[in-house]
Amino acid sequence: MKETYHITRYCIIRNNQVQLNGELLFESREMSPSALLTSVYRHFDIPYAKFFKMDNLCKLGFLACEILLRGRDLGQDYQAGDVGIILSNASSSIDADRSHQQSIANQDSYFPSPSLFVYTLANIVIGEICIRHKLQGEGMFFIEDAFNPDILYNSVKQVLDESVARSCITGWVEVNGSEYEAVLYFIEKQASHKSGIAIFDAVNLLNLYQQTE
Amino acid sequence: MEPLIAKLKNEIIGVLNLNDMTPDDIDENAPLFVEGLGLDSIDALELIVLLEKNYGLKIGTAEEGKKILHSVRSMADFIKTNNKA
Repeated sequence: MKETYHITRYCIIRNNQVQLNGELLFESREMSPSALLTSVYRHFDIPYAKFFKMDNLCKLGFLACEILLRGRDLGQDYQAGDVGIILSNASSSIDADRSHQQSIANQDSYFPSPSLFVYTLANIVIGEICIRHKLQGEGMFFIEDAFNPDILYNSVKQVLDESVARSCITGWVEVNGSEYEAVLYFIEKQASHKSGIAIFDAVNLLNLYQQTE
Repeated sequence: MEPLIAKLKNEIIGVLNLNDMTPDDIDENAPLFVEGLGLDSIDALELIVLLEKNYGLKIGTAEEGKKILHSVRSMADFIKTNNKA
């Protein structure tokens, strides 16, 4: 029998707003992504000093995941390998790439910064989230022209169908200069969470993504 | 606080983005790694760059590095000994 999976939670950070399951949790007046992300971090009082070392892409993904799992103890339902994570964006790690490029532009003062360089890969955001939540399931990061619900749906479904994972964090985490957007979903197999937001399919991923666009 | 210790603490806060900390929060005698500030290997590289960029000093070997980067105090001692502060 074909198994049905469920979107049990979703989080949106865009347009200076933070939403969880359609509910507005926080609104900021900060104009830049950096200031906004710091204001979100402080508002939710998250004790994780490493946040400040991250680039904006990792900060955004980290915060979106914090909000997504807010009040939910993953350890109660899942082992480390039970939770996969599949993310995507359009600009890869372009912000960190630019910062790194600027830091090495002057040949007379050539001091590449290790802490900048380490973020010049988009999938580092997956690593940061996995470290924070102690996740060891399958991980993938796709670069797409725009939010693509089909590739997320097919990839998550494959992970849930064919690996040991019983749940998956998926979605879109995009930062490019002053533009930013995060839409994360938590997808689960478990019956106890079937009263979640919606059936997991590409149409519902897109509908939720477009909610506050 | 000795001027060099204070300067180093401010530089460390800056390069490691320890935004929630002030120089007074850092114990100059406490280990920088694992305990103390809980720094990691990337932070170690950043401190090596700091010594080279701001003080013109290079750490010769990994063993030497462990001793020099043990604490803010040991970093300051390395700078003073090499007389380039």
